[in-house]
Amino acid sequence: MSAPTPASSPATDPESGSTPRPDADPVDGATPAPTEPAEPTGPASSPQVRQQLFASLLQRQGAAAALILVLAISWVTLPRFGSTENMRDIALQSSFLAIIALGMTFVIITGGIDLSVGSVYALGGVLAAYGAQSGVLMALLLPLAVCGAIGLVNGLLVARLGLPPFIVTLASLLFARGLLLAITSEGSKTRTISDSSFLSLGRDSFLGLGLPVWFAIVLCLIGGLVLRRTRFGESVFATGGAEQSALLMGLPVVRVKVTVYALSGLLAGFAGALTAAYLQSGVTVIGVGVELDAIAAVVIGGTLLSGGAGTVLGTVVGVLLRNVISNVINQIGGLDSNYQSVISGAFLLLVVVVQRLLSQARPRRRR
Amino acid sequence: MVEQREQHAPVLETVAGTKRFVGTLALDDVSFQLRPGEVHALVGENGAGKSTLIKVLTGVYQLDGGELRHRGEPVSFGRPVDAQRAGISTIYQEVNLIPLRSIAANVFLGREPTRFGLVDRARMHREAAELLREYGIHSDVRQPLGSLGVGAQQMVALARAVHTNETTMSGEGAGAAQVVIMDEPTSSLEPREVETLFEVIERLHRKGIAILYVSHRLDELYRICDRVTVLRDGRLVHTGDLADLRRIELVSMMLGRDVSDIRRHGSTTFGDTDHAVVEEGRSEPVLQAQNLVSTPKVRDVSIDIHPGEVVGLAGLLGAGRSETARAILGALPLDSGTVVLGGRKLPSGNVGAATRAGISMLAEDRKLDGIVPHLSIRENIVLASLPRLSRFGVVSRTRQDEVVKTFMERLRIKASSPDQKVVELSGGNQQKVLLARWLCTQPKVLLLDEPTRGIDIGAKAEVQALIDELASDGLGVLLVSSELDELVDGSDRVVVLRDGEVAGELSGDEVTRDAILDAIAGDQQEASA
Repeated sequence: MSAPTPASSPATDPESGSTPRPDADPVDGATPAPTEPAEPTGPASSPQVRQQLFASLLQRQGAAAALILVLAISWVTLPRFGSTENMRDIALQSSFLAIIALGMTFVIITGGIDLSVGSVYALGGVLAAYGAQSGVLMALLLPLAVCGAIGLVNGLLVARLGLPPFIVTLASLLFARGLLLAITSEGSKTRTISDSSFLSLGRDSFLGLGLPVWFAIVLCLIGGLVLRRTRFGESVFATGGAEQSALLMGLPVVRVKVTVYALSGLLAGFAGALTAAYLQSGVTVIGVGVELDAIAAVVIGGTLLSGGAGTVLGTVVGVLLRNVISNVINQIGGLDSNYQSVISGAFLLLVVVVQRLLSQARPRRRR
Repeated sequence: MVEQREQHAPVLETVAGTKRFVGTLALDDVSFQLRPGEVHALVGENGAGKSTLIKVLTGVYQLDGGELRHRGEPVSFGRPVDAQRAGISTIYQEVNLIPLRSIAANVFLGREPTRFGLVDRARMHREAAELLREYGIHSDVRQPLGSLGVGAQQMVALARAVHTNETTMSGEGAGAAQVVIMDEPTSSLEPREVETLFEVIERLHRKGIAILYVSHRLDELYRICDRVTVLRDGRLVHTGDLADLRRIELVSMMLGRDVSDIRRHGSTTFGDTDHAVVEEGRSEPVLQAQNLVSTPKVRDVSIDIHPGEVVGLAGLLGAGRSETARAILGALPLDSGTVVLGGRKLPSGNVGAATRAGISMLAEDRKLDGIVPHLSIRENIVLASLPRLSRFGVVSRTRQDEVVKTFMERLRIKASSPDQKVVELSGGNQQKVLLARWLCTQPKVLLLDEPTRGIDIGAKAEVQALIDELASDGLGVLLVSSELDELVDGSDRVVVLRDGEVAGELSGDEVTRDAILDAIAGDQQEASA
């Protein structure tokens, strides 16, 4: 890699609060063995918590530093990189992923995961193309309703039945992808969109930036505000930080979980609709692996995969970092496009490893 | 103390409350009454149903039979939040807060002050800081809660509970009596913090708030409680004024044993005889720790342990007791000093080497450092000795069964079968499982860090008897304990630490409460028991 990345990542931090604890209380012999999953620590030891938050902060700063570094180097060395057109292009490409990753941020902060967003995103696009036959309203409502419903079901299964989010959302990944293939004759029917007012949502610009970029910006601003400055946001953090405690504190844990998964589905569907408007058709082959891109962006942006800490801004940086890198790889050219993935993967790993090392080193020095 | 308020209308009560779990009756026909403005002690051994009763009162569990009444009206708290809305707040034994969030956020979670629908952080921080100052916490409230020590976290939990209570009260007006339930609030507090807690309790008491106080510490109960309810095996065996009850009667009701029996055997069950059989011409020490230094907590500690000897390690909280034990084991790196076991010097900071050489340690916090809750008793016991029990990498089930059976019998581990999950056992039995794990590695020296903390009186007695037995079998034991009685009765010799250094060593008849206290207190420092 180009330079030392001052960053940190406990993405897969073994210490990030997931010390398994015996359920509730083994004190009373009469306690039934409850079936809640092992929850993150209650009173974690102080150095551990500090280190965790420090790592998260470093990670976020690190991702930002890496982004600036990559931008600066590319700006200087690649002639076409800094062009207004290229910048616009990066912003536009990032906007769809940013909207999806926004929902993912909420889900991951509650300690969950949503694997269904890639499929739901693609389904949203196809449904938008269907809906567009009856005008712009249907083009938006249809994907939002269906995708929101899938998210809602995810949330209900996770929150009410206590099923593991990984399995639940894996199932809806398959479900959404299957539904998409069924309604498009195995993906062979690509429906083009002609409704001009719907198309303008994906193709028009305002102040030089495409409308999807503006949608992404506004949604992320709202998302950030909700997360940082509302009671709901506090509950989201508390749920991921120590679910059992949050329950005992009387916080609406179930409602929080249902909401974040529904939100994630809704946002993925909306991103799909915008993509359809941008591509002028409901493309069936998109969205494969997008859930992993979103998770990677969220984690690179400093959100703890174990839940309880994270920011929307970090996620946006994570998304931009990813898209800038793939843009750079395109610019350099001459590389088989498959290598893009290889390089992206290697980069993710590198960022995470460097961040991890830094997060281990620093607190010790401070002590 | 016991004022005759126009009470008798309990603020919270269960009438013939029954709660059943698979196979057990956790609460059996319990009619418990909490009166307005009283401090009510709830005592009982582990498994007596205290936690279950609390959880019923706070809406975590629902009764299967009988009735829960709040101010005389039958109620059903479906969720904890229902109880909270009714003005019942709880501090649990284990701090139930969110370590990653700020201190202020933890105080106000769920009730954050808002402006235009957004959380008003400035106000939240200001109010939290003000509130916490009353509880002796002066840290920056924007720091994550987890950066505080456990005791301070407990105080934050208390502040939160009381504050919730007070705001609910002012919201609903009419100074109606409210309830604060405290489940072993002092178990992780330092003496200074305990005093603060008692001040808070006094304040609440004056305001007419009813307090349900659960603790194993009799001193505390007698100091602050008006009435007491004793539970045993899910039944209510006594309820009445605490002042009328002698300690020994209280203990006998908790244990269900005869008063005379307890008198005869004392409060600990260590044998009378000291077992360092070898007296003057003693054998070689099995373990020699010389001038151990491990900054910052261990500054200069030397300890010898002979086979068959129980060496107590005394000192105040923070004197470096646990750290000394961990340094001997190698879990803390040594800055200087040596640990010699059976004539061979152990490499510094290497737990594996120490364990192989024959040192085992039972850690203070069995949940964090030892027990694998969802594995069975069998698996937990053999975990540390798998290499010894396997041949060519294959673990012999027969030998496992043999070992597990032996230890379960010898340590009297109460369980339905060796395959029962450890998480389902009581604290005392969990502790025995851990002890079995280390015994089964055939150690020469056993380091026990607070082996009886947090387990009930009955199990405590058994663990103490076991320590005795093990020493008689020739094991060298280092017993770290903050209970003086345990040290006095259980140790042949006591090494007293102060600020990471050996402040005194007592042996034989010198080992008395007072002598230890003197050594702990040093020249002018105040003694705190």
